Amino acid sequence: MPRKDKVLVANGQGFWGDSLLGPIRLCREGPLDYLTLDYLAEVTMSILQKQRLRDPSKGFATDFVKMIERTAPDLVAKGIKVVANAGGVNPLACKDATLAVLRKHGFKGIKVAVVEGDDIYGELDALLASGETLANMESGAPLASVRERVSSANVYLGAFPTAEALDAGAQIVITGRGTDPGLVLGPLIHEFGWKRDQYDLLAAGTIAGHIVECGAQCTGGNYTDWRAVPDLAMVGYPIVEASSDGSFVVTKHEGTGGMVTQRSILHQLVYEMGDPRNYIGPDCGADFTSIQMEDVGPNRVRVSGAKGTSPTPTYKVSISYENGWKALGQLTIAGPDALAKAKLCSEIVWRRLAHDGCTFNDEEKTVEFVGANTCHEGIDVPHASEPSEVVLRLGVKGHDKAKLDRFGYELVPLVTSGPPGVTGFAGGRPHASEIIGFWPALLAKSKVSTKVSVFES
Amino acid sequence: MPIVPLSRIADARSGDKGEGSNVGVMARSEAAYMFLKGALSTALVQRHMAAINRGGVKRYEADTLRVLNFLLADSLGGGGSASQRTDAQGKTHGLALLRLELDVPQSVLDATPE
Repeated sequence: MPRKDKVLVANGQGFWGDSLLGPIRLCREGPLDYLTLDYLAEVTMSILQKQRLRDPSKGFATDFVKMIERTAPDLVAKGIKVVANAGGVNPLACKDATLAVLRKHGFKGIKVAVVEGDDIYGELDALLASGETLANMESGAPLASVRERVSSANVYLGAFPTAEALDAGAQIVITGRGTDPGLVLGPLIHEFGWKRDQYDLLAAGTIAGHIVECGAQCTGGNYTDWRAVPDLAMVGYPIVEASSDGSFVVTKHEGTGGMVTQRSILHQLVYEMGDPRNYIGPDCGADFTSIQMEDVGPNRVRVSGAKGTSPTPTYKVSISYENGWKALGQLTIAGPDALAKAKLCSEIVWRRLAHDGCTFNDEEKTVEFVGANTCHEGIDVPHASEPSEVVLRLGVKGHDKAKLDRFGYELVPLVTSGPPGVTGFAGGRPHASEIIGFWPALLAKSKVSTKVSVFES
Repeated sequence: MPIVPLSRIADARSGDKGEGSNVGVMARSEAAYMFLKGALSTALVQRHMAAINRGGVKRYEADTLRVLNFLLADSLGGGGSASQRTDAQGKTHGLALLRLELDVPQSVLDATPE
């Protein structure tokens, strides 16, 4: 039995680093039932794992706690619920920090739930011993080949544990690694009582989640015809107005910038898309081509007709591992003849390094002339060879850290020993930093168990 | 037939997928979609993006959305944090493809808003 006819679910954070104004304005500028926030990328998990190894109270998205501190009065006054994957590799510590700021501001009795079970880093050896190979989905290599260098391992959980946390009365749900669309699907399962075998409904919620998961990317951000987008500075973040039959209206708060049109939604639908007929998630498969869109008002587009299929027996696992070192630096070369001088600077660096016995092959080197069509290399663009200034970016990578540090010494000297007009050595000498490799794998769902716990401020 | 850039009849958005990227090409009319389905082959995209993408190109068709989705297998100079390219996530690959010059029938141009 649905709790309501319509549920408003917004996304206020497309990635860790997105504008703080997204969630703050969503709480203030119009009606809202759920605020979802996405903080995790593949590389993030490894960074968080290292933070936790150094300090057991760390390893989660600290921005989330700051955001809760700023929005708590609105969240409490309006009863807005929050679902965020801010837990990273330490959701319990994230919960502790969240409860602490709620208490600090006198908000008592707020229920904060934690979803656990995605983090399989500590169980890897047991899983391998039980016969799971966690083979790389792209290369087929077994995880054993890089086991010693693994720095994090997390399952992309589905949306049902989040729904379970909401069923238990939580106002704030903190998860670790889950799918991004699951942040939206979880509240819809909770509100509408959708079941595990209602694949069309689960697909509808998944597609709704996919449309809003990158925040303003469906309301006019990163839009081809950018001149047509009104007031991008005050862009409204997306809201899904969902119904229990799986249809939903994509919209944004009245008076906010940007726009919601079929075209703006389609831009996001294709983002990071593979096979449009078979978007694989932990709770169902979703057919993006099954949907119909219709305009139902200004900045209101109704999406309906979503078709889903049964889920696969495996979870996708996001594993990160240490995969060598990299170093990168840049200089700005002013004209005249900026590009020719930048090319000479590049040659000088490699020759000086070679003179000292330090060589890199083409696969290990990055050479870019930013301003002279580096993003669209090889594509004919008029006047690209005559820029008035160029940013020279030189990078190297490999497994020998000392060699990469040696590289770092030869960039800045160009200011006094290269052609004229070399400047902008911002950041000083480049230093080697770690490359975090990404290892996608599959794991039988039967090997993973989830746990939901509820706490109170 | 007039030679115009792909951007005259289609939108695009791109992003990272592992060590490669996807480019979703959205035709702005049915006529444009039908034309692109024939003209915008994987071979043509492969050639146009050859300096960006070192791997193969795969194409998916989504007729109901008027979308052609291209997967470029090795277009980021290594995936994730291994890429040192300015565009390490392929955010600009959509715009790169929209620069492609095509011989488009006048009837398709007439049927497609700028």
